[in-house]
Amino acid sequence: MPDPILQTRGLNAHYGDFQALYDVELDVGEGEVLAIIGANGAGKTTLMRSITGLLTNGPDQIHYRGQEISRLRADEVAELGLAMVPEGRQLFPSLSVKENLMIGAQVGRSGPWDLKAVYDLFPILEERKDQASTSLSGGQQQMVAIGRALMANPDLILFDEISLGLAPIIIKDIYEALPGIIGKGMSAIIVEQDITKALSVSSRVYCLQEGRVSLESASDTVSREDISRAYFGIE
Amino acid sequence: MEWLNAIVQGTLLGGLYALFAAGLSLIFGVMRLVNIAHGDLIVLAAYLGLTVTTATGMHPMAALVIVVPAMALIGYALQRGLLNQTLGDDILPPLLVTFGLSVIIQNGLLEVYTADPQTLNAGALETASVAIGGATLGKLPLLTFGIAIAVIWGLQWTFYHTALGRAFRAVSDNQDIAQLMGLNRRHIFGLAMALALGVTAIAGILLGIRTSFDPSIGGGRLIFGFEAVIIGGLGNLWGTLIGGVILGVAQTIGAKIDPGWQVLAGHIAFLVILAVRPNGLFPRVSG
Repeated sequence: MPDPILQTRGLNAHYGDFQALYDVELDVGEGEVLAIIGANGAGKTTLMRSITGLLTNGPDQIHYRGQEISRLRADEVAELGLAMVPEGRQLFPSLSVKENLMIGAQVGRSGPWDLKAVYDLFPILEERKDQASTSLSGGQQQMVAIGRALMANPDLILFDEISLGLAPIIIKDIYEALPGIIGKGMSAIIVEQDITKALSVSSRVYCLQEGRVSLESASDTVSREDISRAYFGIE
Repeated sequence: MEWLNAIVQGTLLGGLYALFAAGLSLIFGVMRLVNIAHGDLIVLAAYLGLTVTTATGMHPMAALVIVVPAMALIGYALQRGLLNQTLGDDILPPLLVTFGLSVIIQNGLLEVYTADPQTLNAGALETASVAIGGATLGKLPLLTFGIAIAVIWGLQWTFYHTALGRAFRAVSDNQDIAQLMGLNRRHIFGLAMALALGVTAIAGILLGIRTSFDPSIGGGRLIFGFEAVIIGGLGNLWGTLIGGVILGVAQTIGAKIDPGWQVLAGHIAFLVILAVRPNGLFPRVSG
């Protein structure tokens, strides 16, 4: 595996008394696309929130390019080049499409992604740029959410459930656009319920089950049986 | 003619109320903080103006150059040092803390400036007037109204055409996601409070020129500000100006009927509108 851009070591996460993650050990290589699968409530979104700094972590649990980032605030993590496409899009309703994209550039990192590059990737967004983000269809909102994350010119981009709630045809479009996005030297983590889709775009896959890593494997060699076992915990 | 005159005077008075309200509205809009100390901060600004004018001999309007940045600094420090710690899912802590702040400011002002009523001496501006049509309008109320329009236009422009305004709206929409975009909400909230208290400084100086003030009058200004915000509809700055005007007109008409009814008439107008349109006249259209 290439040098890790992101490592978690013994990562635990809690919501009050409830522990959502147990000793999660995860590596993302430079330029690698990693898939994370798992049932509802397995801790996938919690893991994303821990990595991005939205949850407060214990010390020394997350390293990004060798730097300890476990205790940083989310805005500080973002400045290091880590962006997220959050679950359910979560666009800013009082901002127009264009403003949503521009907010993404707020971290001030330079790179290939700017408004023009995003509009080239998703031409429909240029047509709709002055509309309220909430007036778009679900698929178009997802394009805004992806574009917003790209505007930060991240080195590592996290996709949390990008196909959730979208029509199959839209999901297909978005997955077809993914290589063009990730191909520009970015690393990515894709959290996905659609296992086939997740395996098709990733080089390695992790499965979470009740807050623990239950499987770690190369995406092209993993068997259905292994996945079922890791997914549902059935021996 | 006398009635028309009352309406015009009330409209101009509404400009001052809109200035009381604008900072309140801005803070609530960005961080859902109801600032009970807002009225006392207006009075604090008036006293700062008094100190600056007596120390330097400056005209109160010129003192804005010092008082506005001073209040903005106080606002940023107050937000980062105190109010940010109170913000969360529970709306009670910020209410309690700003209430305490209100008491502290009032007593601090009493200690430093005593309870004697003070006024800012603006010289000829206080009594100058112009005749328009049949009505005679004071230059100060006209100036106040003009400033109110300029301030609200400026805030509106800041909100919708600058990166700062975009950040305000983003943080207001969704704090977590805004944080993911590299916006430190604590800093953004600090800037919002700084901007709000900058506006408050203008309101305080104009108040001090218009009437005499003492440390205890903050509560009343807070109520007028609240009423203007609620009448206009939360989160709508132009609505806040109209809310201020409605409040001002109701007060001057009330005073015309009977001088004792001035404040009461304003409250009654507020209650009527609250009963008929609980969201105010121009609530922000939610996306």
